[in-house]
Amino acid sequence: MDFAFSPDQELLRAAARDYLADRMPNDRMVSLAESDAGTDPADWKTIAEMGWLDAELGLLEHAVLAEETGYALLPAPWWSTVALTWPLLDDELRGAIATGERSATLAYAEAGGPATIADAATGSTVKASGDSLTGTKVNVPDLTSVSDVVVVAADGLYAVDVAANPGVVVPRSTIDKTRRLGDLHLDGTPARRLDASLDALADVRLRAIALAACEATGVAQRALDIAAAYTKERQQFGRIIGTYQGVSHRVANTFVATQLSRSIAYWAAWAVSAGDAQADLAAASAKATAGENSVFACEQSIQCHGGIGFTYEHVLHRFYKRAQWINAFEGAARTHRAAIADELLGPAA
Amino acid sequence: MDFRDTPEEASFRAELRSWLEGALGKDWADQAPTVGRWNEAESRTWSKKLYDAGYVGITWPKEYGGGGHPHEFQGIFLEESARMSAPDHIGGIGLGMAGPTIIAWGTDEQKQRYLQPLLEGTEVWCQGFSEPGSGSDMGAAKTRAVLDGDEWVVNGQKVWSSWAHIADWCILVVRTDPDAEKHRGLSYLLVDMHAPGVEVRPLRQITGDPEFNEIFFTDVRVPRDSILGQPGDGWNVAMTTLLHERGTLGFALTAGLEKAVNRLVQLAKEPGPDGTRPADDPVVRDQIAQFWIDLQGLRFTNYRALTALQKTGVPGPEGSMAKLHWSETNQRLTSFAQSLLGLTSQLDAEGAWWDGFWTYMQLRSRGNTIEAGTSEILRNIIAERVVGLPKSR
Repeated sequence: MDFAFSPDQELLRAAARDYLADRMPNDRMVSLAESDAGTDPADWKTIAEMGWLDAELGLLEHAVLAEETGYALLPAPWWSTVALTWPLLDDELRGAIATGERSATLAYAEAGGPATIADAATGSTVKASGDSLTGTKVNVPDLTSVSDVVVVAADGLYAVDVAANPGVVVPRSTIDKTRRLGDLHLDGTPARRLDASLDALADVRLRAIALAACEATGVAQRALDIAAAYTKERQQFGRIIGTYQGVSHRVANTFVATQLSRSIAYWAAWAVSAGDAQADLAAASAKATAGENSVFACEQSIQCHGGIGFTYEHVLHRFYKRAQWINAFEGAARTHRAAIADELLGPAA
Repeated sequence: MDFRDTPEEASFRAELRSWLEGALGKDWADQAPTVGRWNEAESRTWSKKLYDAGYVGITWPKEYGGGGHPHEFQGIFLEESARMSAPDHIGGIGLGMAGPTIIAWGTDEQKQRYLQPLLEGTEVWCQGFSEPGSGSDMGAAKTRAVLDGDEWVVNGQKVWSSWAHIADWCILVVRTDPDAEKHRGLSYLLVDMHAPGVEVRPLRQITGDPEFNEIFFTDVRVPRDSILGQPGDGWNVAMTTLLHERGTLGFALTAGLEKAVNRLVQLAKEPGPDGTRPADDPVVRDQIAQFWIDLQGLRFTNYRALTALQKTGVPGPEGSMAKLHWSETNQRLTSFAQSLLGLTSQLDAEGAWWDGFWTYMQLRSRGNTIEAGTSEILRNIIAERVVGLPKSR
């Protein structure tokens, strides 16, 4: 048994942390979030140069980067590309992504139809005709900041170049401005059939929820760090507020919640990467825990800040909204607990 | 990162599993638990059996009767014990607290004298830290020890001492220098519980059981060299004990919680008092899944702490939260189990549900957030020593 990341993985983490602290401080992240584009293509090139999009990275490397990019709230489609499309890409797309020329996301949900990746393989109304697709996908993550979309259609998976067909993208106003949703209106839009089959979506789903849990852990850690920094400095009634147990115990509870998330998220990342027998249970546990706990951590941090924590001006709401995004993604915590209960208790009568 | 057993770990696990099944019977874990506590004689017999098979003091040095194995083996032992719902060794305080402290601070003579009988379960230890006027604030201890020739003469009172009524030895924090600053005036004695002047008065807990006790010391004479460290080292020695109490005990807590989760799953699958199965209720299913997740959180947090300890030599911040998380989860779990039993949950003797197993477990769990550091103290420790907030006092 070995529960630690390798020295190379720790080096990757340290490099990511340094880069993000230097290149994506809060003020720049906020200005990108408030911009029309929501992202800066120059960052994407740098990310590629640093090897974050290399084909040979494994899920544990992705886990490390997901935690760090969550900590910084990186406004770039890195998570969508890696967590939602990685096993589906063909050599052409993978090569162009590795050099930073392309980026990708997954369009799986439809209005009144499949809402999660788990359900996406059946029931799609998007139809292929020759080399084109027709139909509508909704709530596509990072749709406005990627060049390509992997579309789940009725008969298989297709790649659509949205950079060349910008008219198909309909942005939706999203509370998390660093990971915006969009709708995809396809009407005889050129598309390229991918070799990966619809069955590959099961693998994508496990990777996606494990990496969502790692990202959520980074978000929770940031909310904790922000709370700790503030409660060490802020004074009321002549005392530093962190000396009041009503405040410090909230911070302690946030620490506990963050550590639990981290432990289970790492377990899930390892179990999915190793194809372990408990991979499904681990991923479900991680999604339920890290999703809820990241929301909890942000809420505790907001409360510790008092009025300033409730303002749009303060950075905390950005992390809070990402936490909510993750918590809502691919089923609320209770749906994952239901899957665990099926395993522990057998089906309900 | 690889959560699987190495070949050595896998073979240790396989041998242990078949030994446990042989010693307890294959279907031990599936039987309805009764209140589940053996009498003292049965417990001592089981402890000796475990020791003879090599499953006590697994990580302790071989020269003192231990197994000399890495910590993972202890983790495996506890996992497999939990899987089987195997009974505990009688000497929990000795194994978790007194023993590791003697290994860390004791002389060779002390290690030779005390460790082997502790492992065998022939000598049981208790802990004399808390006093009526000083619980969480151990530095305020008043029990005195005064040197008289080659003996310490001990006078005072300790309280909340689990298992003192069956204990042979006590790790005792006493004040030896009343003039020193409060933490520096303490010493750490090893006291024979059968010595004249030691009187144990059982305190009944809210379960009705006399598991913990008051201990009165009246002119008890203790040999001068029955001390760990030097006079005045008591606070530092006691911190070693508490580090172990809150550190490696994480694995035991995981095992205990795993047993409880397994019992809860078993309970939910049986028809309840009204004939329906709790396992068919979606709210029950959601709750049980959450308890299972809470268990995994504890398990993998402990493993991360262990890996940090082995790689860096210092316990990581992860370990400080294990007892806090365990105690509050165990309280929620046992109360939830009781809620599945209707008024039947209020019966506590033979003929009650599993002879009152959950009734006992739920009441006992209220002590979990008080013993070995209250949840309030643990949150202070996390806030101040781990997160780095300023001290509240």
